[in-house]
Amino acid sequence: MSIKNWLLPRSTVGIGLIAIALIALPFALATGGQAWVRIANFAILYVFLALGLNIVVGLAGLLDLGYIAFYAVGAYTWALLASPHFGLHLPVWAILPIGAACACVAGVLLGSPTLKLRGDYLAIVTLGFGEIVRIFMNNLNAPINITNGAQGITLIDPVKIGDFSFAGNSTIFGLTLSGPQKYYFLLVALALLVIVVNLRLQNSRIGRAWQAIREDEIAAKAVGINTRNVKLLAFAMGASFGGIAGGVFAAMQGFVSPESFSLIESVMILAMVVLGGMGHIPGVILGAVLLAILPEALRYGVAPLQQLLFGKVLVDPESLRMLIFGLALVLVMRFKPAGLWPAPERKAHGNPNPEEGRA
Amino acid sequence: MQPKISALALSVVAAFTLSACGQKEEVKPAAAPAPGAAQKSETLIRIGHVAPMTGPQAHLGKDNENGARLAIEELNALGLEIGGAKARFELLGEDDQADPKQGTTVAQKLVDAKVNGVIGHLNSGTTIPASKLYFDAGIPQVSGSATNPTYTRQGFKTAFRVMANDVQQGKVLGEFAVKQGARSVAVVDDRTAYGQGLADEFRKAAEAAGLKVVASEYTNDKATDFKAILTKIKSKAPDLIFFGGMDAQGGPMVKQMAELGIKARFLGGDGVCTPEFMKLGGEAAEGQYCSLPGQPLEKLAKGPEFKDKFAKKFNTGIQLYAPYVYDAVMVMADAMKRAGSADPAKYLPELGKTRYDGVTALVEFDEFGDLKGGAISLYQYKGGKLEYVETLGGAAAPATEAAKAETAPAPAVTPAPADKK
Amino acid sequence: MDIFLQQIVNGLVQGSIYALVALGYTMVYGIMGLINFAHGEVVMIGTLTAITVAGSLLAAGMPPALAGLAALIVATLLCMALGWGLERIAYRPLRNAPRLTPLITAIGMSIILQNLAMILWGRNYQTFPPLFPKVNFELAGVHFTAVQVIIVLLSAATMLSLTLLVYRTKLGMAMRATAQNPAVAGLMGVNSNRVISAAFVIGSALAALAGIMVGAYYEIAHYQMGFMLGLKAFTAAVLGGIGNLLGAMAGGILLGLIEALGAGYIGDLTGGFLGSHYQDIFAFMVLIVVLMFRPSGLFGEKTGDRA
Repeated sequence: MSIKNWLLPRSTVGIGLIAIALIALPFALATGGQAWVRIANFAILYVFLALGLNIVVGLAGLLDLGYIAFYAVGAYTWALLASPHFGLHLPVWAILPIGAACACVAGVLLGSPTLKLRGDYLAIVTLGFGEIVRIFMNNLNAPINITNGAQGITLIDPVKIGDFSFAGNSTIFGLTLSGPQKYYFLLVALALLVIVVNLRLQNSRIGRAWQAIREDEIAAKAVGINTRNVKLLAFAMGASFGGIAGGVFAAMQGFVSPESFSLIESVMILAMVVLGGMGHIPGVILGAVLLAILPEALRYGVAPLQQLLFGKVLVDPESLRMLIFGLALVLVMRFKPAGLWPAPERKAHGNPNPEEGRA
Repeated sequence: MQPKISALALSVVAAFTLSACGQKEEVKPAAAPAPGAAQKSETLIRIGHVAPMTGPQAHLGKDNENGARLAIEELNALGLEIGGAKARFELLGEDDQADPKQGTTVAQKLVDAKVNGVIGHLNSGTTIPASKLYFDAGIPQVSGSATNPTYTRQGFKTAFRVMANDVQQGKVLGEFAVKQGARSVAVVDDRTAYGQGLADEFRKAAEAAGLKVVASEYTNDKATDFKAILTKIKSKAPDLIFFGGMDAQGGPMVKQMAELGIKARFLGGDGVCTPEFMKLGGEAAEGQYCSLPGQPLEKLAKGPEFKDKFAKKFNTGIQLYAPYVYDAVMVMADAMKRAGSADPAKYLPELGKTRYDGVTALVEFDEFGDLKGGAISLYQYKGGKLEYVETLGGAAAPATEAAKAETAPAPAVTPAPADKK
Repeated sequence: MDIFLQQIVNGLVQGSIYALVALGYTMVYGIMGLINFAHGEVVMIGTLTAITVAGSLLAAGMPPALAGLAALIVATLLCMALGWGLERIAYRPLRNAPRLTPLITAIGMSIILQNLAMILWGRNYQTFPPLFPKVNFELAGVHFTAVQVIIVLLSAATMLSLTLLVYRTKLGMAMRATAQNPAVAGLMGVNSNRVISAAFVIGSALAALAGIMVGAYYEIAHYQMGFMLGLKAFTAAVLGGIGNLLGAMAGGILLGLIEALGAGYIGDLTGGFLGSHYQDIFAFMVLIVVLMFRPSGLFGEKTGDRA
């Protein structure tokens, strides 16, 4: 309900404020350095990824620990089609759909044999799939060099629309935009797209089917939902978004190597979804932004704080940073088990004991 | 009402966390002087250094940073003058966690801070994506440890390296294997950019020299168990096992070779030429070979002294790349001195023309920014110590001798630290 | 042939270690349906503690056997306390939370333990002190060491005693009852909190034992060693049918054998297309294939309807 209200005229003020904040943000950040715009970009990229995963985990209730695989497929698709590696330089409107399609195929490939598995079995299989994809990318440089192995692919083209390149500075309407700032707006646009898709799905027939499966698969089957196909669709949709995010990542970085797609990334994205509030779009956004920013913020906060408290730096700030990150995960789950910003709908629909069940 | 509030809350939280962080950062670079505006008696020269300070390679990252720190402190103690003003160097240490994504974020941070130059990164995997940012910003970058050839082959004029790359090293190792009388060899690599690159070059050189590669096996940079692949290698009975990878795998690997009764010798690159390898390999490390770019510290005029200085200052031994990182800083300072400016645009051309007699080598760059004629030295573990065997490849060995006589009275930008003490 | 036997020995030793760690996952999962992601870190803490204790006692001149025993006791006790604390602090308050909540907590605890270990023990690799005699045997061309023999024997003994504990003691009966149905077990006078604590404590003791074995075998330890080991062991537990003790043991041994034989022979079998670079995914591939045909693992009961 609440989300729908967002789009009603009543909360135009809210939307307006968000819009202003989103537009002003890259300029405010730039005063502190382009590095902060870049951090914001990664935060939005994570929002995008987390919302994609939210379709799978939050809406359909399928525990996917290998989401990064689709991101990797998208990134490599971009890298192979727009870099000197194969000498291909396809335009963005061709690569992004191809990347999404490849990731989608990967999602179906993974999904079709495994979706009948119970929750935790599915978790370990998807986790394994993520590793399989990474290891293949790491090794497909022989006998035929496809991915260039661990060396990665470099000199990847930036996003280009016509003659307008997203890399480097350019001036629009008398306003000078840096590369990261341009990517920022691209990412915000993409994030808005995935938010709209998420919203539309949530209240659609498919969305309700997903929720039915999430709450009780047997009952869902009993009322005539083709659970297998509907689950597969969730996987495919989530994977496509992962693929698009991967493409943008490759273009933004200009370099991809298998190192970027390790298991811990999948875990991070899942943590964002759960920490923020599964299935609740604003919650997932919050979770993604927090987890993407927290390590960076701690980078600056930890050492000065120790100075202040003990007069000297006792423990390496870098080691403390991850420690605090872990602690934050545990504490939030302890005191807000449904996430920082859980969906209010559950209560409204009169499910007093939302036992999503021990699988 | 509630939704409105939550919507607001989101935008406010998002905007504030972000901008708050942004402002905090603002304070720091405010002190940064415009490079080149050196009318005052003192110029502040800020040099960025990037290496992983967390994660499995943190010990190497710390070692690199120590090397850079030592150089910076010596430069400051020397009271170097650049363009008529006394130069004060400052090191901005950053952690890239050996993660390419962090690597570019940190690089952007250094670009924002308008550093005069960057030393690093440690890993090729982070150096390569970061080098694009430095190139776009025109900031010279000198790495003392990223040995992947790709780094200098991207056409970036700002990318330099003071260490022999994997191609140079792999080639020499292949030649050495033949010289040792090996006829058949098994090649193992850890599937990292470094290990794979080194092993591929080794394989090429070995095969070109008539060696038979009887097995190619693979592991990863987190593995501890190599028995399965070693058993397979045993069945092919090679004379030599070559490993492209790091000490944390190499050490246990030689141990497991001994346990399986494999008699073949073990040969590796700079990744296994560390005290750590000996510690982890124990008795099994005895008699094994490894290589280091450049010449042994002991053989170099300034080598033993550097070792002492380093040990005295940091209370710990040199892990691996510290001397190269030290040289990287010195080479950069040398170019600034010759250009009479710390402005990247002004001293970058000079960097390419470097001819600097450093701790590790006589540093000259080829057209790619790679170390010219990088010599590679081979060592053998004997009696719990690394023993120098020989130096191969490159004309650098005699050149160093000759160059010393030649350049001694000439620029000698940084007086040998000996003069100072 | 000797090469084949050697690979079997390699796999068996590795598999015994996986099996011991897998038991910890499976016990906790069987009783409360929770994937304790931090279990691998308990193994790591066990190894590092043993190194510190044994190392300092050896340096103080104690004979290796005594130092080893002391290290075993201290590490086991510490890990048991850690396991108890983990459950008490991190998991118990979440008993009725949504299913993914404790998973995230577990990941958080894993990060915390890793970084604590890094602060305590440093970032460098640690070497395990020489506690066991360095003896190499050779039998029909197969090489093995004393440590390998000890590992296989000790883990077999441990698994046997664990089986006895679960199937022949009162505590074991309580555990099985709680696993079947916590509410009914409670009505029968089983204190489910105590049973769950016991599962964590026993699992952690096994982790400590496994940690010492890993340390003694590879003579190397590091604060990040637990993660991959935990992951493999977890895979082993699922392969065998998670929640099933026999399954965990069989899954562990099987996984060890698959990895060793896979790395040894897949290259020749596929004409060099797949080689030992794919060693780490053989396990996952076999897992996917097994689960396609037996969705509850090799030894898992058919519990589909509880999903």
